[in-house]
Amino acid sequence: MAHDGCMSLNVEHAPIRTLPSAKPLRLLDNAGHALTGAATGGFTLPDRETLLDLYRKMVIARRFDVQVTALTKQGRLATYPSAYGQEGCEIGAISAIGSDDWFFPTYRDCVALITRGLEPGEILQSFRGDWHNGYDQHAYRTAAQATPLATQALHAVGLSHAARLRHDPIVAMTFLGDGATSEGDAHEAFNFAAVWQTPTVFVVQNNQYAISVPLSRQTHAATLADKAVGYGMPGYHVDGNDVAAMYAVTHAAVERARAGGGPTLIEGVTYRIESHTNSDDPTRYRQAREVEHWKRRDPIERLEKYLVSEGALSETVRSEITDAAEALAAKTREVMSVEAEPDPLELFDHVYSRPRTALLEQRSALEAELAAGAFAQHEAGDR
Amino acid sequence: MNADTTTAPPAAAEAPAPTQLTMAGALNAALRDAMAADDRVIVYGEDVGPLGGVFRVTDGLQAQFGDDRIWDSPLAESGIVGTAIGMAMYGMRPVVEMQFDAFSYPAFEQMVSHVAKMRNRTRGRVTLPMVVRIPCAGAIGGVEHHSDSSEAYWTSTPGLTVVMPSNPADAYSMLREAIDSDDPVVFMEPKSRYWSKAPLALPVTTAPMDRAEVVREGTDVTLIAYGPTVRTALEAADAAVDEGLSIEVVDLRSLSPFDDETVGASVRKTSRAAVIHEAAQFGGYGAEVAARVTERNFHHLAAPVLRIAGFDIPFPSPKLEEYHLPTADRVLAALDTWEWDA
Repeated sequence: MAHDGCMSLNVEHAPIRTLPSAKPLRLLDNAGHALTGAATGGFTLPDRETLLDLYRKMVIARRFDVQVTALTKQGRLATYPSAYGQEGCEIGAISAIGSDDWFFPTYRDCVALITRGLEPGEILQSFRGDWHNGYDQHAYRTAAQATPLATQALHAVGLSHAARLRHDPIVAMTFLGDGATSEGDAHEAFNFAAVWQTPTVFVVQNNQYAISVPLSRQTHAATLADKAVGYGMPGYHVDGNDVAAMYAVTHAAVERARAGGGPTLIEGVTYRIESHTNSDDPTRYRQAREVEHWKRRDPIERLEKYLVSEGALSETVRSEITDAAEALAAKTREVMSVEAEPDPLELFDHVYSRPRTALLEQRSALEAELAAGAFAQHEAGDR
Repeated sequence: MNADTTTAPPAAAEAPAPTQLTMAGALNAALRDAMAADDRVIVYGEDVGPLGGVFRVTDGLQAQFGDDRIWDSPLAESGIVGTAIGMAMYGMRPVVEMQFDAFSYPAFEQMVSHVAKMRNRTRGRVTLPMVVRIPCAGAIGGVEHHSDSSEAYWTSTPGLTVVMPSNPADAYSMLREAIDSDDPVVFMEPKSRYWSKAPLALPVTTAPMDRAEVVREGTDVTLIAYGPTVRTALEAADAAVDEGLSIEVVDLRSLSPFDDETVGASVRKTSRAAVIHEAAQFGGYGAEVAARVTERNFHHLAAPVLRIAGFDIPFPSPKLEEYHLPTADRVLAALDTWEWDA
């Protein structure tokens, strides 16, 4: 096959042996001041237009997240894992890939999905409980949200490797949590990606807790980004509440991957302000003082301070963003106010491409039960 | 008809003369032909490259198709299956090898949580046209972890198609069909049959992959077998002739879906049935077979459906495996436990 060497499976890249920075690299400090020097790891602050765009996306994403949490408390959703406080990680990273690239999210990444352009009703269908997934993977180039930890990272590696075999300039980005880095699949994904030099960007959102288990019970490594060195790939330890830094680092990793430079592991240090899901009780495992500490490190406020200090956030822009956020919230309320009526007979439709006799028999049995009114109470809404 | 000498279809004008082919050779030919026919077909796993696989099923393929079509992956089964999912999502048709049955267990989560469920989860939007080849079962003198019969783990998982050929012709035809399938297929290869031979003129097309086949006709008993125990059943049928017993042998070929039609027709004809497998009896695949056959054919049955299976023990070490594996004698002894009319 006549093609340049970087497309061969046997990529000759020297293994990376440089440890990530001990301190999370950042471009804006918590007061919104632009940083220079060693703290930035050599990355430069994105231009103002990009920063405004990231700010806008974060504000809209948070409004969505808050709205969905409220709807969940009202019983409109079966469950919802909030990403409140993690918008710097979520939006910074997801904004670094294009619409032709692929995204492999976890259950916690609804705000990244909103940012990627998915509709609220499509995203929330699974959490409402009418089907396990509600959006078109191919249209959005976004895999179904993964629940089993780190499993989707391997899918991202495989897909991006396939794209490379086809000579398509596609990058796959996947999100993982701090807890997921303990899973065997995370290790296997990092290793396969590095050995095959796939165009994959791993974004580990270290939000300090895996449900209730703190990071100290998860790893003895100094940082999660340090793990990258063991695979021979670059790792970056980033302040995940600095959206500018998250964007700059992931954008560089995406472009490097696209150019045939192989995978990157990025750890964004952040914090989950809300509970794990609505059924969690975080007071059992963390101090209110700790939550307050992180609330003072809010990613949106940080960028807002910078933009205000630069005179880049006019009232017109603010109100436009607020309007867009409120419109999305209203749309979300509206779509979730409609009672879902999934068709029980659809249960049999998608298991196999070709219908199986046994499933058709079971479908007929359920159909007969429905016809006989066996679920009349359910259908009347009496749950 | 003997399972090892499948009759070739009516010879076409230019059909090549049959040559003796082992099951391993037939599988190799199926992979070669599938890769030649469709460049989306890619093959990877442990030692499948220059070595050609520990059973030589991929022998010569890397030399022919190159490192971008068939290559050695890192040694991690979850990684192999998990990445195959991503490749299938992108339109490839990966055929991955689990080196041995018991080495497939690290891939269990990917198989059960994603391979099996992706199509349903995505309402049919994402299909996974991938094949997971698993050399399986015993009788090869393998050390521990090299002789498991793990088919029930896969067959009890909705969303997986599970097949197991018993002879070279089916091995070729069913692997081609599995690779062409839009759904994921667990393709189990009985190791003890890898070196069994049959005269084959390739490409050979046998019955559809989801159908069982009557490989020997009889009138008194239906022996339901698959993979390595088809030979055992045929041996029992041969030996039973001397006792005046006419045994019909059904080769299931497909474990999921189960061909109720073919099996049921046979059982209703003979009114007696037994299922044979190497896997442990308790909770084994035979339990499902016995239950289905009974539920659907009870009023045609003259006796309870028997299971002739491995003991409920971990697979034995090489010098002890012969005591564990079902034999023709053990099959016939089991049939003797039925009450027979004088």
